Amino acid sequence: MTFLYAATVAIVAGAGIYMILARNVMRIVMGVALLAAAANLLIFLSGRLVSVSPPIIPDGAETLAETAANPLPQALVLTAIVIGFALTAFAVALAVKAYRSLGTLDAGAMHDAEDLGSPFAAAIDTKQG
Amino acid sequence: MQETTYNLLVLVFPVLVPLALAALTAVLWRNHGLQRIVSVIGLGAILGCSALLMMAVLRYDILAVEFGSWPVPFGISFVADRLAAALVAITGVLALCVGIFSLRDMRQLHIRGGFYPLFFGMIAGVNGAFLTGDVFNLYVWFEVMLITSIGLLALGRTRAQIDGAIKYLLLNLLGTVLFLMAVGLLYGAAGTLAFADLARVLPTLEASPGLVGAAILFLCAFGIKAGVFPLFFWLPASYHTAPFTISAIFAGLLTKVGVYAAFRVFTLLFTVEEAGIREIVAVVAACTMVTGVFGAAVQWNIRRILSFHIISQIGYMLMGLAIATPLALAGAVFYIVHHIIVKANLFLLAGAIRQASGSDDLKKSGGLLKSHPWLAVLFLIPALSLAGLPPLSGFWAKFLVVDASFKGDMAWLAAVALFTGILTLYSMTKIWMEAFWKAPAQERVRARRVPLAMTAPIAVLCAITLFIGLSAEPFVQFAEKASVTLADPDVYVAAFFGTETEVVDLAIERSEQ
Repeated sequence: MTFLYAATVAIVAGAGIYMILARNVMRIVMGVALLAAAANLLIFLSGRLVSVSPPIIPDGAETLAETAANPLPQALVLTAIVIGFALTAFAVALAVKAYRSLGTLDAGAMHDAEDLGSPFAAAIDTKQG
Repeated sequence: MQETTYNLLVLVFPVLVPLALAALTAVLWRNHGLQRIVSVIGLGAILGCSALLMMAVLRYDILAVEFGSWPVPFGISFVADRLAAALVAITGVLALCVGIFSLRDMRQLHIRGGFYPLFFGMIAGVNGAFLTGDVFNLYVWFEVMLITSIGLLALGRTRAQIDGAIKYLLLNLLGTVLFLMAVGLLYGAAGTLAFADLARVLPTLEASPGLVGAAILFLCAFGIKAGVFPLFFWLPASYHTAPFTISAIFAGLLTKVGVYAAFRVFTLLFTVEEAGIREIVAVVAACTMVTGVFGAAVQWNIRRILSFHIISQIGYMLMGLAIATPLALAGAVFYIVHHIIVKANLFLLAGAIRQASGSDDLKKSGGLLKSHPWLAVLFLIPALSLAGLPPLSGFWAKFLVVDASFKGDMAWLAAVALFTGILTLYSMTKIWMEAFWKAPAQERVRARRVPLAMTAPIAVLCAITLFIGLSAEPFVQFAEKASVTLADPDVYVAAFFGTETEVVDLAIERSEQ
């Protein structure tokens, strides 16, 4: 079970990295989102997947049973999902803005920042000409 | 009990005050004049809070607070040792100076876009990252910094800014995802996330693929944040596009948070001896220094030159981590403090040069020595300090790390550092020659005045640089004491699990022997 789960996480992460290698900014954003999902699943794994008992202290006992699941990773994942969602939303908004003002989503064609004070004057000249 | 309340107040206020100010300035969204007044007063308050924290840390060595009285492995804690307190104090000084600079630099458009709330949010994130005692909490502060800084970067919405912001956001987002993965692996292996508890638990664990993976992922994540070779590409692609105020605060603080996090994790949780991390860090430090300084040499935009120099300077700090003797760590601590002041000041000076000459492209400026002689003097102080000329602060910083690398059997690293120093001088001379010395590219009838709100913060930061340089002794001693806590995790652990003062005395005795 754990192996199957780990393999799935690896596939999600691999797909994310493959998407990040693309030149289209939207694909990169989706790739990062996939990678973030893989990270969340990874944290989930650290809280034990298959457990016999829920994380509730039984009557009379002082601590959790040895086999109990760990609830903390779920809280961590919840936080990470919220943060990841906000940042992904911002990234998508920024990509839309970039498409409107730069006219392209091709990361290779975005060089407005590079052109400021570029040592290679020819690069600017060809762009202006 | 009294002491706990005091600790709580002193430790929490450097984060709470900026957050409150962010909320307050957001409420005053439409009233720009009032926002400015509230900001300047608030920045004074932030400086006051960090000074209180500094005084408390000087007295008690290390302060800790557990929120909601949840003991440490269960709750989130804030800790301030000397390094954290020094960085919070420097953040306070820098925020005030940059805030005053912003009064003349920020346009209507930027304030309407929410400059002040985002600025204070970022300060809160930076201080939170310095003070937190919990790995996951550190991740949260990293994200707070990221979302506010990306907002600041894209504030002007020019083409160059949007372009820079996309590169900044995507690469930093990748960094935080790697950070999150490292946290997951670490929790899986150790079952705890508090720094103090991890420092206790990790030495008892055997090395496992999960732990090594976590260490490498931490290194990559903090490396992206700090802008080290070969992960720095987002930095020179974005920093020079933002308004001057914003790029100054970025240059001073953001990369240093990555360096700070790396120092915390690789002194407290992992040691650099494990898994060949020392070799990786040493080679990365050398490559960072060299690529940064060569990258700067070909640039003609002042801020791009300075951006590449941030990278090369980060290499010096990593040197300290690679050698990891108390002397080297002390050198690195001194270096971080010196660098924050000097680098932010140089970016502010780039703003002043732009104001005076009309351009931050070196080819288009010139003649400032004649028209603005005082600006030239103010430029020379941080520029020569960055290059490491005595008696300025950069000399002592470089002296300490180079000395430590000779003593730590890493002479080749010292050689790289000295070589980088010469090339840094070359870049600074280039800015001097082009902006100040040569005849102006376009002759002006009347010199453009640089307003007092711009020169005053620059002068204050210059004075601090001079002061650190001329009376380096107390600062070096402070850095040495800070490095004791870094080199010996027991002090940090004892803040939660034992009597603190005894252990600190013990550690200082041990380091003196």
